[in-house]
Amino acid sequence: MSNEMSNSGVVISESSTPLPSGVHLPIYMDNHATTPLDPRVLAAMMPYFTSTFGNAASRNHSFGWEAEKAVEAAREQIAKLIGATSKEIIFTSGATESNNLALKGIAEMYRERGNHIITQVTEHKAVLDTCKKLEKQGYRVTYLPVGADGLIDLEDLKRAMDDKTILVSIMYANNEIGVIQPIAEIGRLCHEKGILFHTDAVQAVGKIPVDVQKDNIDVLSLSGHKIYGPKGVGALYVRRRNPRVQISEQINGGGHERGMRSGTLNVPGIVGLGKACEICREEMESEAKREKELRDYLRNKFEKALDYVHVNGNMEHHLPGNLNMSFVYVEGESLLMGINDVAVSSGSACTSATLEPSYVLKALGLGDDVAHSSIRFGLGRFNTKAEVDYVADKIIDVVSKLRELSPLYEMVKEGIDLSKIEWAAH
Amino acid sequence: MAYSDKVVDHYNNPRNVGTLDKSAAEVGTGLVGAPECGDVMRLQIRVNPETNVIEDAKFKTFGCGSAIASSSLATEWVKGKTIDEAMAITNTDIVKELALPPVKIHCSVLAEDAIRAAIGDWKKKNNVAETSAVVAAH
Repeated sequence: MSNEMSNSGVVISESSTPLPSGVHLPIYMDNHATTPLDPRVLAAMMPYFTSTFGNAASRNHSFGWEAEKAVEAAREQIAKLIGATSKEIIFTSGATESNNLALKGIAEMYRERGNHIITQVTEHKAVLDTCKKLEKQGYRVTYLPVGADGLIDLEDLKRAMDDKTILVSIMYANNEIGVIQPIAEIGRLCHEKGILFHTDAVQAVGKIPVDVQKDNIDVLSLSGHKIYGPKGVGALYVRRRNPRVQISEQINGGGHERGMRSGTLNVPGIVGLGKACEICREEMESEAKREKELRDYLRNKFEKALDYVHVNGNMEHHLPGNLNMSFVYVEGESLLMGINDVAVSSGSACTSATLEPSYVLKALGLGDDVAHSSIRFGLGRFNTKAEVDYVADKIIDVVSKLRELSPLYEMVKEGIDLSKIEWAAH
Repeated sequence: MAYSDKVVDHYNNPRNVGTLDKSAAEVGTGLVGAPECGDVMRLQIRVNPETNVIEDAKFKTFGCGSAIASSSLATEWVKGKTIDEAMAITNTDIVKELALPPVKIHCSVLAEDAIRAAIGDWKKKNNVAETSAVVAAH
């Protein structure tokens, strides 16, 4: 008598959850990748595409003066958000450019002083790839490891610093796992040793309080399209006092932005970035609270309904709207396929162009199988509780069905220790 | 990435999901892939000992949509075939049928491996030697 289980005809994406009121498909929950423009930002930008179209560098007529006025107002809005002064804000085409300018500009300028840079393994590629380039040019780069919770160890940082270290670059908050590094302490350590401190604060600015004075930051990158502003514009904060930081420009041609970044300013983009920062400053406290509640609610729903789920990254020092969760024994891309009306992302190799799993999750020491089952939720300003309910119910449904398809889940439920199996990988 | 209609169909309506009794003599079990690679397929066949025809096949897969579709299709194809006919199924057949893009070809290779592993397991259990024709084709 054979012992069989047959459940052919398992249907994955036919959902039993009806569409609640206020929920429109597709739902966007990937706000770490990018954010929609806030309507107020669009409204602020519009005139600078149509009537006030002047070049902010045209010094001799009202078209230029109007544009320049708007740019300076935006500069002030951005400075206010991060506790800086206007003169310390430089406009760029985005955070990738800001990171390049900071790292290359400082490396070049301070070459006489030293050639050692310290960063860490879960940085955004804009920092990591730039460091690789600098290594090819003869700089030494130390990539600090992170613990299982995603945080760097301050003792590791101390030990890595030597008399040739000119720059430390550590991101404020991580885009995949939402973990917030001990920035103020890092800054303090750097200042004690006379080392410059840069932070890629793209995911932190506008979401949590960032203050370049309190946090001991010398250089900071930020981006418009992560805070409900436009794509194609960002800024670099460059400290002017205690110490005065100098940066070697990477783009030549006219000496705009105090010689640090030539090129005609993207006036509408800059106006948008300024407005986005202003809105963030006004609404940050209430919005962070709202997002955190939604995020915790989402997490609780999963943990109540499913076994073998695992949150990635330290949850105490964590962005309010971020949740990175592994649904073990279900592969990430197959899960995304089942929720094709919801936009989130996965650390699975199958979802990347290179078939490599997320290097951030690997750096946490997660097994590849757990990395492959990870989903990143990025809640934002326009997500509602009704949407969170819909997404949670849908995912619980799809995960349950995919687990019926999963040989790993079946083996685990039978009490088999998967780590003891010799897999026949091809 | 857009999936072919056939991949979506197999994903939404996978055929032959389930488990056969590993210990039965007529059942061959192939378990291929590895969790670290994000792809694990278990394909089982039940073979009629007189006719060498695969009477039933079941699968379970941990992997992306293309992997699920490849293994689901594999169970559909082996059912009703003899062991030798099933050994002749190649990954390129699967790629063509499902219109898999280059980045997903490895899913079809794993499905082919799973078929052969299941057959190999059945043969071992039933002391059936490999024929030279099959060895040459593989």
